[in-house]
Amino acid sequence: MNTEVITISSEDYKETITNIKKDGFQMMVDLTAVDWFRKREPRFELVVQFLSVSKNLRKTVKVIINDENLSIPTITDLYPGANFYEREVFDMFGIEFENHPDMTRILMPDDWIGHPLRKNYGSGRIPVQFKNAPKVD
Amino acid sequence: MKSKKINRYNLKALKKKFEFWATNSEEGGWSISSTDEGSQKMLEVEDEKKVKIQTGTEIIDDFVVDEDSSDDERMIINMGPQHPSTHGVLRLQAELEGEIVRRVKPVIGYLHTGMEKTGEELNYFQGPTNTTRMDYLSPLFNELVFSLTTEKLIGIEVPDRAKAIRILMTELNRISSHLVALATGGMDIGALSMMIFGFREREHILNFFEKTTGLRMNHNYIRPGGVAADLPDGWQKDIEDIIQLIPEKLKDYDDMLLDNPIWKGRLQNVGILTTEECFAYGITGPSLRASGFDWDLRKSQPYSGIEKFNFDVPVLSEGDVFARWRIKVLEIFESLKIVEQVMYQMPKGPYKIQDKKITPPPRKRLDESMEALIHHFKIYTEGFKVPEGDAYVAIESPRGELGCYIVSDGTAKPYRMHVRGPSFCNLQGLPIIMTDSPIADAVAAIASLDPVIGDVDR
Amino acid sequence: MFTPDNILTTTIDKAVRWSRTQSMWPVTFGLACCAIEMMAAGSAKYDLARYGMEVFRASPRQADLMIVAGRVSQKMAPVLRQVYDQMADPKWVIAMGACSSTGGMFNNYALVQGVDHIVPVDIYVPGCPPGPQSLMHGILTLHQKIMDGEINR
Ligand code: SF4
Repeated sequence: MNTEVITISSEDYKETITNIKKDGFQMMVDLTAVDWFRKREPRFELVVQFLSVSKNLRKTVKVIINDENLSIPTITDLYPGANFYEREVFDMFGIEFENHPDMTRILMPDDWIGHPLRKNYGSGRIPVQFKNAPKVD
Repeated sequence: MKSKKINRYNLKALKKKFEFWATNSEEGGWSISSTDEGSQKMLEVEDEKKVKIQTGTEIIDDFVVDEDSSDDERMIINMGPQHPSTHGVLRLQAELEGEIVRRVKPVIGYLHTGMEKTGEELNYFQGPTNTTRMDYLSPLFNELVFSLTTEKLIGIEVPDRAKAIRILMTELNRISSHLVALATGGMDIGALSMMIFGFREREHILNFFEKTTGLRMNHNYIRPGGVAADLPDGWQKDIEDIIQLIPEKLKDYDDMLLDNPIWKGRLQNVGILTTEECFAYGITGPSLRASGFDWDLRKSQPYSGIEKFNFDVPVLSEGDVFARWRIKVLEIFESLKIVEQVMYQMPKGPYKIQDKKITPPPRKRLDESMEALIHHFKIYTEGFKVPEGDAYVAIESPRGELGCYIVSDGTAKPYRMHVRGPSFCNLQGLPIIMTDSPIADAVAAIASLDPVIGDVDR
Repeated sequence: MFTPDNILTTTIDKAVRWSRTQSMWPVTFGLACCAIEMMAAGSAKYDLARYGMEVFRASPRQADLMIVAGRVSQKMAPVLRQVYDQMADPKWVIAMGACSSTGGMFNNYALVQGVDHIVPVDIYVPGCPPGPQSLMHGILTLHQKIMDGEINR
């Protein structure tokens, strides 16, 4: 099945989504972000998937987010289901959503520092020591 | 030495006492006079409506209370994260007014495992090991969606047999997942036999999984390019047993619960979710179908050759907890239909794609051919490269639309791997169905949405 | 036949240890995939009730054993410690599965790399997930450990 993909800038975001909703895409199924650290400028890209159950169509919207203020309007007023997803993106990437009803961390503890899914955030791997490990008796 | 017998219990006295209790007279003897008929009046004749209410065919109260009250009557309680009926480690903050829930906020993240980050460190060949642990009740679906996305990025089609095996395994998995949902749902509401029944039947399916994949859960069986191993010898026999056994047992569930007035009274008209709400919050799967909207990705956007098989999509219109329970039972029947068809139409041929760059050569060949050894080594150390691009693929998991979004930068590891877990989205429906209903219905509501926290937090 | 006249001589030690093993009530601490296997161990086919252990207590105050079944995240760690602290002495901990024993395959920022960083663990049950048989083996090993060990701990 073919999915229509459109790429827009963050200024047109709200307007485009409003039109998409008018076009009969009832559901926002997924919202996530990609961090193109040192690969692309600007760095963050938001990827939103829409689904029209009446027309059996999918649509992908990619939004390029300005590096300066890392914020974008929320779409929870159009699609209430975006609530958790936007919080997740805020938690994992540090992108803020303006006018979101509850812009707090969702997966990590409230006092966590950093945004784990950014590419410059280490995975926190503790190396397994095989040789010269301290003896336990 | 002569031991002195201590007689602690004077049996004669005891008997006398007992007789006094039984007959209410000192004399003893067992002649109890016949029952006085007059003391047991027959019940009054009840009108039809009352009978209907008692048997559960008619439900009168909807439990929705919406009178206002002052703020100081409200209190906030915390449910979870360690709570037996929250299906894992879900935490709910609920504002109560007496017995009535006024506001709810699900707090999640207690099982956040960082799988999306780990997914960026594992190559495509290792990927299913990671994704299978997300939704641990339907692990095969997670593997399937990851494999389908990878295959879409590479642009390959797996052989017919691999497709059929995938369908067979995932549909069996749907049954086992629904069985757990029914079992734990029943237990939460108080139907404890349901718990034992559900897990008992699930064992049969898990035995088959263990035979085929080597593990009871978290199989890592469906991989990019096909499946890990062929079906074991005599698999038809096992499937036949399952197909025979499960419907019989499902009849037991129906006997026990379908016409059970307590069960009905507890679940009907509770926690109603309408189609519009489902759309707005992105709720899919059985919850959407129970609200009266016919939407199943297996029909509308078929994957892995499922369109070849005949099955119906059960749709109910009530949208309440009872409908969501009922639809799971009906879906098990439909899945059994698919399993049966796959069994008789299983194509012959290879069970994985014959491209040495993507799937490892069979173990036998390693001793004979140097080339096979090199391919084997390459796949297990480096994996295979996937062309640049991104793809989103969605399939119908037991809980709704399960999607996987992979961005590839041309290397052997995904640049970004994101899984759209159905439970994550469905959980947003919880505040809608819980507000303005008694706290006692909260557990029923949670159980009916069937969230798997591993899938929510990833 | 058991009549009130019989006398059994034993040491207090043995009696206490025996009574501790015979009805050990676990606290429900199901976290992830392993929890499903723990539930499977408790239900019809495997039937933990044979060891007097089917009563999974929701309240830590009434439990002796914590089976940490699943991965423990950084967010969950304080909760786990609190539940452990609320349990009455004597208490035991079984780390069920690779994740709670060592962090398993998820060596990353989000998980506690082994539950022994926060609570003392008596038995580690390996596997991902450990089957109900493995869990039972772990439990029986714990019983053995109690039978062989000191009574004041
Ligand atoms: S050890 Fe395996 S089965 Fe157990 S919680 Fe960890 S990933 Fe899940």
